[in-house]
Amino acid sequence: MATADVTQAGALSFEFDLAAATVRELNERLHRVDPERPGGRVLVRNPGGKHAIAVGLDAPYEVEIAGHVGYYCAGMNKLASVRVGGNCGVGVAENMMSGAVVVEGSASQSAGASGRGGLLVIHGDASARCGISLKGLDVVVRGSVGHLSAFMAQRGCLVVCGDAGEALGDSLYEARIYVRGSVAGLGADCVEKEVRGEHLAEVSELLARAGIDDVDPGEFRRYGSARRLYNFHVENLGSY
Amino acid sequence: MHGGVDRSARPPEMAAPGPTNGWNPGLRESATFDRNAIAEIQRAAREGMYDIRGFGAKRRVPHFDDLLFLGASVSRYPLEGYRERCDTDVVIGTRFAREPVHLDIPITIAGMSFGALSAQAKEALGRGATEVGTSTTTGDGGMTPEEREHSRILVYQLLPSRYGMNPDDLRRADAIEVVVGQGAKPGGGGMLLGHKISDRVAEMRDLPVGIDQRSACRHPDWTGPDDLEIKIEELREITDWRVPIYVKVGATRTYFDVALAVKAGADAIVLDGMQGGTAATQEVFIEHVGIPILAAIPQAVESLVDLGMHREVQLIVSGGIRSGADVAKALALGADAVSIGVAALIALGDNAPEHDPGYREIGSAAGYYDDYQAGLDPAGISTQDPALAARLDPVEGGRRLANYLRTLTLETQTLARACGKSHVHNLEPEDLVALTIEAAAMARVPLAGTSWIPGTITTP
Repeated sequence: MATADVTQAGALSFEFDLAAATVRELNERLHRVDPERPGGRVLVRNPGGKHAIAVGLDAPYEVEIAGHVGYYCAGMNKLASVRVGGNCGVGVAENMMSGAVVVEGSASQSAGASGRGGLLVIHGDASARCGISLKGLDVVVRGSVGHLSAFMAQRGCLVVCGDAGEALGDSLYEARIYVRGSVAGLGADCVEKEVRGEHLAEVSELLARAGIDDVDPGEFRRYGSARRLYNFHVENLGSY
Repeated sequence: MHGGVDRSARPPEMAAPGPTNGWNPGLRESATFDRNAIAEIQRAAREGMYDIRGFGAKRRVPHFDDLLFLGASVSRYPLEGYRERCDTDVVIGTRFAREPVHLDIPITIAGMSFGALSAQAKEALGRGATEVGTSTTTGDGGMTPEEREHSRILVYQLLPSRYGMNPDDLRRADAIEVVVGQGAKPGGGGMLLGHKISDRVAEMRDLPVGIDQRSACRHPDWTGPDDLEIKIEELREITDWRVPIYVKVGATRTYFDVALAVKAGADAIVLDGMQGGTAATQEVFIEHVGIPILAAIPQAVESLVDLGMHREVQLIVSGGIRSGADVAKALALGADAVSIGVAALIALGDNAPEHDPGYREIGSAAGYYDDYQAGLDPAGISTQDPALAARLDPVEGGRRLANYLRTLTLETQTLARACGKSHVHNLEPEDLVALTIEAAAMARVPLAGTSWIPGTITTP
């Protein structure tokens, strides 16, 4: 199981300075995996808000990015653990498959979009559409999320320790949403549901994997699909 | 849709009461409230829901039929059939990709999903395309191992829904197609009704079995051309700049869409006219949104020429391609290749007379069948029912598709040679005239026998 604990132990495999080299060179180097010794610890300096840093990884790397990143950082990640020391642009960890991505700062829109597995932790806030189109990824946000978060989310969990914006979980499928603070509004077909034992256990486990130990799992409310829009019905006309 | 199978109100036999069947000159059908309009009002009143169907636009629109080739004569000479070469190869992705796609013929298979189509149909498309050296395309539902195995050149679509999107498949693909829209429904998302969401389809799409799937119409992680540019950069980084990246748009504001896609870094533009097919869309969408491919190609070419990118960024057009004449006319207007969807399904056996009893059982008839959404296809193509799907032999289907693609290619070469061209890409607008004022204006070629091209060619 993926955890957000990006180990600091072990020597660096290599260090990359994006002030001196290009993102292309970095990704090319990360894609060149030694089948005998896949992965390794990697430090990326001076990310400078550049786009598509550490995308398409397919090995158990531990990548530490010292600063802010642009769009799609760690996009389609498999197996690797990526820690961003600053803030993220749009679509961090979009469509990630496995592994863990941790953002120390805040994330822009569409964090974890269509993610299919692994764990995404955002220690700051996430903007609109956090967890949009989710397909199995678990997202834990220490702060708050913007409007239309978990829009059309199909599988996986979104845990929000702060507040959620308008239209939370609009057109939701089977993904589960947990919010500790206020919800500005629920989207079409999203309803509050009872928190039972298995849900409390799920939140506790996700918070533990995210390394968040000062938040009481008992304070979360659960939201999910009312499943009223699963099939076309005349009486749902107003919702289409 | 739920009532979609009941087509008793739309009989295939449309003959008016005639001399042999009790013709009464006092009966006059309304041009406005014709039988289709009346049947649709009655259906809507009964069901309270829009009609969802497959296929493409059925209304008559200006099309390639409205153009003619001039051929060679005294002022230019033709090429000999069989003895003088007329090449048909196309290279797509010359702008940025390290490994561009090389096609032997300028006809590709359009994106159609496993889910909309049976696994047998997808396999047959792969077999047929591979036999003649062209590409197939995945659809809104991910890549199946079968279609990868049977398609030598496979284009992987990145769609708003992102169903089944997987970096391993991305790396396995020979090209990537970012789908912004399709001709049947520019501005609309995918649809797959519950009876086609089988266990396997549900698993691939991360959906509950049996729901009526309504996909997103916008991508989840980008909006607008500036984001698209960064999205394309990310896809190139993931695939190490190896494969071409296409951008597919439905034909609407084509001049600008093409310019923005080129600016965003596309290797190729896939342009789908309003006649392009769909597996399931509201009829009102199919028939009333988007423009005919005839009107869109000249806009796309103008846009590419204005940017100095014609032939550098390749243009693949689709929407109503049926014959080699259609292919040749599309190429003459400036396209690099065409795509076929509905025509490929027909080649596999869709709407075939031998299935007529089966079509009649479900209220349709051979030649009229468009209920691809219903999953009851007696030809075994647009279905997830194992018994129905087993009716399509992928080897035999592939052979028929290969025959059809060869025929299209031979027809295209016949017309190109008649115009004196040693490569089908040497066909040009100057080889064409129009039969109607509308087609002349849209295609920007003169009305036959005149030098008149209605409308001034201005950039909107």
